[in-house]
Amino acid sequence: MKRLILILCLFASPVLAVQPDEILDDPVLEERARDISGGLRCLVCRNESIDESNADLARDMRLLVRERLVEGDSNAEAIDFIVDRYGEYVLLNPTTGGSNLLLWLAGPVMLGAGVLMAGIYLRGRAGTPEEDVTRLTEAEEHRLRDILKD
Amino acid sequence: MVTELGHFALILAFLTALVQAVIPLVGAHRRWPGWMAVAEPAATVQFVLTAIAFAALTWAFVTSDFSLRLVTLNSHTDKPMLYKITGVWGNHEGSMLLWVLIVTLFGGAVAWFGANLPPSLRARVLSVQAMIGVAFFAFILFTSNPFLRMGSPPFNGQDLNPLLQDPGLAFHPPFLYLGYVGLSMTFSFAVAALIEGRVDAAWGRWVRPYTLASWIFLTIGIGLGSWWAYYELGWGGFWFWDPVENASFMPWLIAAALLHSAIVVEKRESLKSWTILLAIIAFGFSMVGAFITRSGVLTSVHAFATDPERGVFLLAILAVFMIGALTLFALRANVMQARGVFGMASRESALVLNNILLAVACFVVFIGTMWPLLAEMVFDRKLTVGAPFFNAAFTPFMVLLGLALPVGAMMPWKRAKFTPILRKLTPIFVLALAIGALAWAMQTGRSALGPMGLFLAAWLIGGAMVDIWSRTGRGSGRLSRLARLPGADWGKAVAHGGLGVTMAGIAAMMAWEQEDIRVLQTGGSTEVAGYTLRLDDVRREEGPNYMATVADFTLSRNGQEIAKMQPEKRNYPVAQMPTTEAALNNGLLRDIYVVIGDPQNNGGWAVRTYYKPLANWIWGGTILMAIGGALSLSDRRYRVAAGARKTPQPSQGAEEVPAE
Repeated sequence: MKRLILILCLFASPVLAVQPDEILDDPVLEERARDISGGLRCLVCRNESIDESNADLARDMRLLVRERLVEGDSNAEAIDFIVDRYGEYVLLNPTTGGSNLLLWLAGPVMLGAGVLMAGIYLRGRAGTPEEDVTRLTEAEEHRLRDILKD
Repeated sequence: MVTELGHFALILAFLTALVQAVIPLVGAHRRWPGWMAVAEPAATVQFVLTAIAFAALTWAFVTSDFSLRLVTLNSHTDKPMLYKITGVWGNHEGSMLLWVLIVTLFGGAVAWFGANLPPSLRARVLSVQAMIGVAFFAFILFTSNPFLRMGSPPFNGQDLNPLLQDPGLAFHPPFLYLGYVGLSMTFSFAVAALIEGRVDAAWGRWVRPYTLASWIFLTIGIGLGSWWAYYELGWGGFWFWDPVENASFMPWLIAAALLHSAIVVEKRESLKSWTILLAIIAFGFSMVGAFITRSGVLTSVHAFATDPERGVFLLAILAVFMIGALTLFALRANVMQARGVFGMASRESALVLNNILLAVACFVVFIGTMWPLLAEMVFDRKLTVGAPFFNAAFTPFMVLLGLALPVGAMMPWKRAKFTPILRKLTPIFVLALAIGALAWAMQTGRSALGPMGLFLAAWLIGGAMVDIWSRTGRGSGRLSRLARLPGADWGKAVAHGGLGVTMAGIAAMMAWEQEDIRVLQTGGSTEVAGYTLRLDDVRREEGPNYMATVADFTLSRNGQEIAKMQPEKRNYPVAQMPTTEAALNNGLLRDIYVVIGDPQNNGGWAVRTYYKPLANWIWGGTILMAIGGALSLSDRRYRVAAGARKTPQPSQGAEEVPAE
């Protein structure tokens, strides 16, 4: 019941995001266009790239990207062109600028902290003298002597 | 009438849960056996009452009783019987009822099979479980009542969303819920142990079966959902890093960490406080998942129930249980002192590493899921965190995990020497490197992801084999000893191998998928990855509650016909929604995936064809992981009483002995 909800909307009218008539004749340009559109969000969909979406807006954006590429834009220029018009929201891959640095660094920092804490803990564990922990109680000692006597 | 009975039973169940939450807890504190004993019958009664309520709702769906608002909104007389039944949980209210039914089922399981638990611990566990029940019964009764009637019932219903009318999706929620709610049981055990002031090896042994069971259910549930997305959504995507997917993936990661750290508690009496913390957090993530899906905070447009009142209620439940449990955790830190001593190189340390990687991976998914919300509230930036982020930020942790796993799995407890382990694993490592290098050589100029994934897969699968083989000791008779190894050993090897199989599938799909989009006239054909696909015919067909456009394709290779394929495009008139039914030709090493699209102006049809390498490995590995979990669960050592502190209840003990 979790994922289906999401999908209800996005995939409400499925089938063929990229239409055959959109595809560029130059396979290199087309591949670049697919690459770029995989990283751009369809604004009226939920968490879907324009490459996957079949919304009209997504189609317009796909055509726009291809137009820019045909006119000689680099990938970065084409993406900037779209971001200028639709805002940062359109990027599926968040930038590393400003507060987003926190997002990107969160994982590595947590890993570092975890390893450090575990290291300290493990050193403590390794350092604890064995006797302290496994020393038998008096009753157990007594019983052990009994058993060993036999 | 039946509906009112169900409604009444639900209210009674709520009251029973209230009693069960208070009386046994007081009894355990005061050492009054009579009060403690209330817990077991109460748990049974609670389950039976909730089951009656659930059955009543199911009856309303089966008989299409459109005087119920819920049935009207989610059913239709023409709908096949299977989907009338699964429609019960295909909506917010009904799925909450299923959720709470499972809460009481797990409580019942402790009452019925928990005879080996100390009475005070059992009373406390059941009491905490009943508190969770109380919270969710109240949530249902006060904000999402499934038994509401309509003043003037319509002649027919509005039908279930057609996308949900599919076997893969019909059974996906119950498994997920069994997993989510199973984690409530480990939570109850953790809180009860904290109240009791005793966390020991026996506790680790009691709690592990519940952790394992919920992890297995989550694995199956996530696998089913992903498989459904693969064949139903029309382009063969299997994971989208959507908030609702992440909501199920985070508890899975934490449950995986928990079931490993519980081993350390059980065998070595260490990592106690960490394990308790994980048990609390795991259920926390389950509830975060419920909140994400049902509050609509992150999924603003089309969530399950975009009702702020419900969202606030769920957030309150989450806050009360988490703050309460964590406060208790802080107060009782002293009871969780570790006993076992172990060196830096030991299985304990390897499991610590496992836990760090899984927990941090889960944290990355969590922060990625919540970041858009945070960024908007705190930094006033409207932005998106999509699949590219998760692929980049999450994958490294899984790679590290895969690299370390075969070595860590073979380490002995307490103190390990690397040399003998590495000696056993070297051939596998070399083999895995060779496979990776071969893949690298065969592809030209593509990402390193594919070769890397195949290397890891071979390393994991081979490592699992070496691990289980090395358990058989030396000399002759190793094969017969292999067959007699305990279930836990087999479970470990199968689950770890399954992880490798899944990694291979994911890597191959992401690296070597091929796609072909074109317009085909009837009789025309297209080629993808050496396979030829001919469009023979396109025709109209009528289903029970939909109209379909069906295309006939012939799949062949080198002139040899392999299969007929029939993708469909369906239109459900009542729900006014189209769906795609892709046609798949499954193979061990590849799937061929065809989708029929819209008719074109020139009389042709838009056709999408995919070559999906190792697609089935993703779900094959998932199934292997679940089987591994089940094997481990079947280990006799978990069924036989843990040995520590048996309860003096001869009558019940006598009943159970013959079963062994």
